[in-house]
Amino acid sequence: MAVSAALAVGALLMAGCGGGGSSGGGSNQGVTGRGPITYVAGKDNNNINRPTIEKWNAAHPDQKVTFKEQSDQADQQHDDLVQHFQAKDANYDVVSVDVIWTAEFAAKGWLQPLKDSFAADTSKFLPATVKTATYNNTLYALPYASDGGLLFYRKDLVKTPPKTWDEMMGMCSIAKKNNMDCYAGQFAKYEGLTVNAAEAINTAGGKIVGDDGKTPEVNSPEATKGLGRLADAYKSGNIPKQAITYQEEQGRQSFEAGKLLFLRNWPYVFSLATTDASSKVKDKFGIAPLPGDGGKPGASSLGGHDAAISAFSAHKATAIDFLKFWTSEETGRYFATQGSLAPVLSSLYDDPTLIKKLPYLPTLKTSVTNAVPRPVTPFYPAVTKAVEDNAYAAIKGDKPVPQALNDMQDAIKAAAS
Amino acid sequence: MSVTPEAGTSEAAPEQTTAPPEKGRTELTAARNRLGLYLIAPTIVVLLVVIGYPVFRAVFMSFQNDAGLDPKTGLFVSGGFAGFKNYTHWILQQCGGAKCPPGTLGSQFWPAMSATIFFTVASVVIEVALGMWMALVMARAFKGRGLLRASVLVPWSIPTAVTAKLWFFIFAFDGIANSLLHTEILWTGSQWPARFAVVIADVWKTTPFIALLILAGLQIIPEEVYEAAKVDGATKWQRFTRITLPLVRPALLVAVLFRTLDVLRIFDLPYILTGGANGTTTLSILVVNQIRQGFNSAAALSTITFVFIFLVAFVFVKVLGANVVKTQQSQQKGAR
Amino acid sequence: MASTTTVEPGRAGVGAGTAAKTRRRGGIPWSSVRSYVGIIVIVLFCLAPFYWMIVTAFREVGFTFDNTPWPSHVTLDNFRTVFDTSLGNHFGRALANSVIIGVCTTILAVMFGVFAAYALARLDFRGKFVVLGIVLGASMFPGVALLTPLFQLFTNIGWFGTYQALIIPDISFALPLTVYVLTAFFSEMPWELEQAALVDGATPGQAFRKVILPLTAPGLFTTAILAFIAAWNEFLLASQLSSDKTQPVTVAIASFTGSQPHQEPYTAIMAAGTIVTIPLVILVLILQRRIVAGLTAGGVKG
Repeated sequence: MAVSAALAVGALLMAGCGGGGSSGGGSNQGVTGRGPITYVAGKDNNNINRPTIEKWNAAHPDQKVTFKEQSDQADQQHDDLVQHFQAKDANYDVVSVDVIWTAEFAAKGWLQPLKDSFAADTSKFLPATVKTATYNNTLYALPYASDGGLLFYRKDLVKTPPKTWDEMMGMCSIAKKNNMDCYAGQFAKYEGLTVNAAEAINTAGGKIVGDDGKTPEVNSPEATKGLGRLADAYKSGNIPKQAITYQEEQGRQSFEAGKLLFLRNWPYVFSLATTDASSKVKDKFGIAPLPGDGGKPGASSLGGHDAAISAFSAHKATAIDFLKFWTSEETGRYFATQGSLAPVLSSLYDDPTLIKKLPYLPTLKTSVTNAVPRPVTPFYPAVTKAVEDNAYAAIKGDKPVPQALNDMQDAIKAAAS
Repeated sequence: MSVTPEAGTSEAAPEQTTAPPEKGRTELTAARNRLGLYLIAPTIVVLLVVIGYPVFRAVFMSFQNDAGLDPKTGLFVSGGFAGFKNYTHWILQQCGGAKCPPGTLGSQFWPAMSATIFFTVASVVIEVALGMWMALVMARAFKGRGLLRASVLVPWSIPTAVTAKLWFFIFAFDGIANSLLHTEILWTGSQWPARFAVVIADVWKTTPFIALLILAGLQIIPEEVYEAAKVDGATKWQRFTRITLPLVRPALLVAVLFRTLDVLRIFDLPYILTGGANGTTTLSILVVNQIRQGFNSAAALSTITFVFIFLVAFVFVKVLGANVVKTQQSQQKGAR
Repeated sequence: MASTTTVEPGRAGVGAGTAAKTRRRGGIPWSSVRSYVGIIVIVLFCLAPFYWMIVTAFREVGFTFDNTPWPSHVTLDNFRTVFDTSLGNHFGRALANSVIIGVCTTILAVMFGVFAAYALARLDFRGKFVVLGIVLGASMFPGVALLTPLFQLFTNIGWFGTYQALIIPDISFALPLTVYVLTAFFSEMPWELEQAALVDGATPGQAFRKVILPLTAPGLFTTAILAFIAAWNEFLLASQLSSDKTQPVTVAIASFTGSQPHQEPYTAIMAAGTIVTIPLVILVLILQRRIVAGLTAGGVKG
């Protein structure tokens, strides 16, 4: 008896609370309210969000911004946003999205398109960063922080940094002579591998997906050349075998311990390698753009974050103003000096005070100007999995590179169906 | 099979003077039935709401297509009814007509199944052996046994996420494991080292759980039974296999059953330790990855996992007799 | 098989008699030596990785990847970082939340479990096996797939960020094991003791509370510890359903950040892990006697 009563309760709950599937959500163009809003972003490493928000709140006392801080892990940030968007939560007004999520969220109708009354001027931003915020020829977010890959090298052992991959492999004899590993990036099976594989493929002139974001174009001779470079280097030992377990931190550790000659990593390594008590390479390393191909510099993958307005927000007029404030030059300068966040405004890269604070800024500018975003596709989770799995197998030597690219092509096609 | 208070007692219990007349007996039985249902109700309600509702919903959603992209607007639109398509996707490796290519989640279903089964068998076998030994040691009376029991529980009490990070740290190529063993094993970078890394971390973390349950079960065994056996000349091994094992069997089977169900759903440890690479992707990791790509298909995978685990538990209960419910009658019958 | 005379379950340990007999024989007590070696091996096995965790917790951040097995570059900085509130973390509050959630979950889970186990072991009612099936079935569904439905359910009824949104699911995770273990215990109980008490004039409730319940103490405290630890460890659901004010330690630890993006704060996480283990060790030290010593007071003789 109690069992059937409980079953009835369960059925009622299911009926009343069911649903929540994601169909194309509306973009409420008609709602242009003003009022307090919430800004949602991941963990604030350097405490730059709060002071900036304080500044806005002081100037806009009746449109106060509350900062909701998510966890430090990108995966959890993504899932948290998905949960709240699926529930059509009006409490998330402005959200910080990793550049690889913008297309996915836009296609699900969760982001307010930035056009008509929400239009914003994007001429001052670096073109590559604007590309990450655009989907289906519509702008859905504004970039506020960028990131590009840099080549860290031991300047006490290598006089001039290599300009091409072959040149770098040629310098591996120096590494062997000093009992070091030659080159490492991020090759564990996670998003960092997609970053590195994309860099290899794009530098060689290949493409992962076409401009529509759906059609795979990775089964090409250029891509084969690019990915083949990584596979060959792993086989010959120029990439040490433990690099297959490397995320960002492991490579940094190896480099700081003096065991690595060349390291591909993000700019954050610069300050840590200089200030870490255990770093053996404090004033012995330099930075350069990634090695390129045939005169062009290396095509770094573009990292960074965009800020977007939730389609379900009730105070979108405030939100768009806050967005413009968040991506203004003043804020960008503060983010760069206080938080070491790579700017998205071209002008800031030439600013002398910034260059003094961040000596790697000119190199980073080259990197970011020549950066190629990872595929801007709403199927990004499936695309990145296709790239990760097959690039991992190719680098390890479990599969020949042409077959890996073939499988990658098929997998991307299957995912986007 | 209704049990009346005074039926079938062959024990030295005094004669029941509370024997009610026929009519009262039926009333008493009915009252006890109602009481039973009321006592069960809170448990059932909580379980149905927290777990039953999501399960029903998952089954319902598994028959819907995931959202597809409308080429005109570039937005996702509802997929509509899917029939069994989500299920054939996983079980038969159907990715839109062709076999799922490597690099898609569909192609990982059967490898995930085999990885999950490997982890379950390896972990449970090792944990039961180790746990039994630890329980026997913990059951002894000696000075400092409190500290022993507390230290045994330490691995179980550290939050899983911290444990996983700790082992990730230990098993890094430049970590303490390789350093102490003077080896250069790519713990997280190749198949069998990665699998063993996960098993080692899991055994370390959850052997205390089994040890604790077995220890609780050991407490029911009275000392006189061992005394009598020793008088009869039984060796230690004989005492263990003929007395301890059979009497601790109910607790042991419950521990093993639940541990098995837990490992079949394992997620945190392999996810943080290896990211699911090198043959350590389990069914739950596959579900989480699929949720990010399309949750109706993930619902189908969850249901498949559920059915699979149900079958395992069914076999367990039937074959090994992990049936903990004994009525008073069968308890008295079997105890003589 | 079971004793034909009186039953006194819960007597201290199976080895007590053995050890006494050995000592009486004189000479080297090999079985004692064996058991002490066994104890040392067990303690090493359980505590070695924990030791490494502590060593890392006390190590300077700049030397995170140092492999020196003994403490070096010792500092309290990581513990300061854990409790630092300037960046919006509030680890102390997270600890309190974990305790609250753990205690509530444990009390309710054990209570519901006792009710259910009594009904399953002692009473007869239709649908007993269906009930057992449901209880066991609740342990079969992948927990990761519960997140989205539960998130939507609790958000719809306005329970996001409340304690009950975490306590109720935690109870449901602990219930299957609690019910099964307690049912196993209750099935082994000598119910004739209860009948004797009834004859002596006690009500069924008193008979249960004063005679049977104490005998189930090992089972009760064991499931209490397991339920508490399960609630303590729970992360996935808590990460989705808790707000800043109600987040437990598992979520707080996941929010630790290095001073730079991409930097993993290993030492701080290890420090937090060490801190988090202490209340549990204390809890176990307090309760461990109850796990093994059943109360013999009230046992019926002859």
